[in-house]
Amino acid sequence: MQISVRGVSKNFGAFRALDNVSVDIPQGQLVALLGPSGSGKTTLLRIIAGLEAPDQGRIFYGDQDVTNCSTRDRGIGFVFQHYALFGHMTIFDNIAFGLRVRKWKNDQIRPRVLELLRLIQLEGMEKRFPAQLSGGQRQRVALARALAAQPQVMLLDEPFGALDAKVRADLRRWIRSLHDEIHMTSVFVTHDQEEAFEVADFVVVMNRGKIEQMGTPDEVFARPASAFVTDFLGRVNVFHGRVQNGRAQIGELEVPLEAEHGSEGDTFTAYIRPHEVEIDRQPHGSESMLAAVSRVNRTGSIVKVALFAQDGQLPLDVELPHEREAALNLRTGDMVWVYPRQVRVFSASTSETAS
Amino acid sequence: MKRYHRVLPGFGLSLGITLLYLSVLVLIPLSLLFWSAGGGGWEHFKSAAFSPRTIASYKITFGASFVAATINLFAGMLIAWVLVRYRFPGRSFIDALVDLPFALPTAVGGIALTTAYAPNGFIGRHFAPDGLIGQHFGPEGLKLAYSPIGIVIALTFISLPFVVRTVQPVLGGLDSQLEEAASSLGANRFQTFRRVIFPYIWPALLTGWTLGFARALGEYGSVVFIAGNQPLKTEIVPLLIITRLEEYDYAGATALAVVMLVASFALLLAINTLSRWTNRRASA
Repeated sequence: MQISVRGVSKNFGAFRALDNVSVDIPQGQLVALLGPSGSGKTTLLRIIAGLEAPDQGRIFYGDQDVTNCSTRDRGIGFVFQHYALFGHMTIFDNIAFGLRVRKWKNDQIRPRVLELLRLIQLEGMEKRFPAQLSGGQRQRVALARALAAQPQVMLLDEPFGALDAKVRADLRRWIRSLHDEIHMTSVFVTHDQEEAFEVADFVVVMNRGKIEQMGTPDEVFARPASAFVTDFLGRVNVFHGRVQNGRAQIGELEVPLEAEHGSEGDTFTAYIRPHEVEIDRQPHGSESMLAAVSRVNRTGSIVKVALFAQDGQLPLDVELPHEREAALNLRTGDMVWVYPRQVRVFSASTSETAS
Repeated sequence: MKRYHRVLPGFGLSLGITLLYLSVLVLIPLSLLFWSAGGGGWEHFKSAAFSPRTIASYKITFGASFVAATINLFAGMLIAWVLVRYRFPGRSFIDALVDLPFALPTAVGGIALTTAYAPNGFIGRHFAPDGLIGQHFGPEGLKLAYSPIGIVIALTFISLPFVVRTVQPVLGGLDSQLEEAASSLGANRFQTFRRVIFPYIWPALLTGWTLGFARALGEYGSVVFIAGNQPLKTEIVPLLIITRLEEYDYAGATALAVVMLVASFALLLAINTLSRWTNRRASA
């Protein structure tokens, strides 16, 4: 079922959590709401779930307007960051809760719960209590509980947030493969861009109560729509300056701007991703600048090189393949030429220009 | 015995102090009761402890205490709910009001309640034969003060804080996401309360009820003013004990005391066992 959010605003006192937000969650897709804390992503999820009421705007499930419909009548599954399992009930009773309150017959409940226990790989654990399980197991129980009554929509609020790195990675992969099996319209909230890109079909990037960009992970990563998105996606070199002679000047580097992208004297912010920079021993004219190598880290799948351009004024991180770095044989203190293959420039008055 | 290493040592010392303290304050004085009660011989004990007048007073004491503690179970839960869940002007005033029955000398409470609930009092007059409510209860009206109802009112008054104060922190610590989870799973408000909230606050409710009940059993000061104190009808055990003492019948007074002691201890033990059992189930 498709979820449509139409012009939703929400204030908490003087704080504007959502500002006229509209978005469509396509049928059967797994969508991530991505943003920093305070961006409104959790509020949007809770409004979709009916746990908060919007001040303005409407929510549709398919063609049906559910804005005034209570959470219990929306037929959703909701998973909380801190599991919210019922501590006084066994795992079985937790999963059966939604079936019992919906008056399922006992001889239907048992097979359904056992089927779900198999799905979450916790067979034989039905008599345990939540306190006896690990974090990852509890979150899987919470998921099974939400899935039990076959909801049409699955909503997850930072579902991996309280788990440690290893468990988190496992659960992510598991949720992705689960979604590939049951194809339920699902929305999850996260502040971790890696998580969003790895799990989701679509990513909705939010900032200050507004949607900055929506697209597939590939689209969002390749063509960030705003300075905020570029910055938020992380691991990027940031430079500030003013437009001079129609060019953005970053140290000795000159990036040509098209006329509509920033007028003379505008401030701009330029972003250069570490893997989109080349290092060479030869200069490449005004598209390159001289920099000193300050540190080389060869311990990962790529080599991370920290440099300083402009006599130490401009710090710059670069990532190179091992083979390329081996050919250059970089040492601390070496003076090299760096030339970015792509620079994303956002001027104060307009949007993006890339060179 | 296996020795466990603890961050804070001193099990031996602290247990020793606990036992000494309880012995000096509770165990030894109460044990001596048995000694004094036996002073008049078995026949005297029996006639003092199980005469029709004392049996009637046991009934009224235990009955009224039970009713009062049970009324407060519901009212206390409601007050705790209001204090925890809602923010409104005057909330801290109400919060402070709850503790007043603890702070007042009980006689003051008794006099105040009698003034309000006597047939000519601010509340009691509506229950008098010609009162707004009392006229529906026949020629006698509904007698609040100077009747068993008056005893229940006094005991309800003095045992009010217990349930409120035991339930309040538990309710305050309840994760609101549990209710949201229940709601998202399709539970209505009643189901959410019965299946999710109630199991969490139940041990606290039981503890509050027990404390209130125990407090009511021993109450004297506030009841004597409002009860009327008619033998066989509105005479509570603590009053009867005082009466015996005034008659210099020490053995008779202690006989009554011993019965109260044994009955109260048995009840408290039973309820504590029950609450430990429910606690274990809840936290397992």
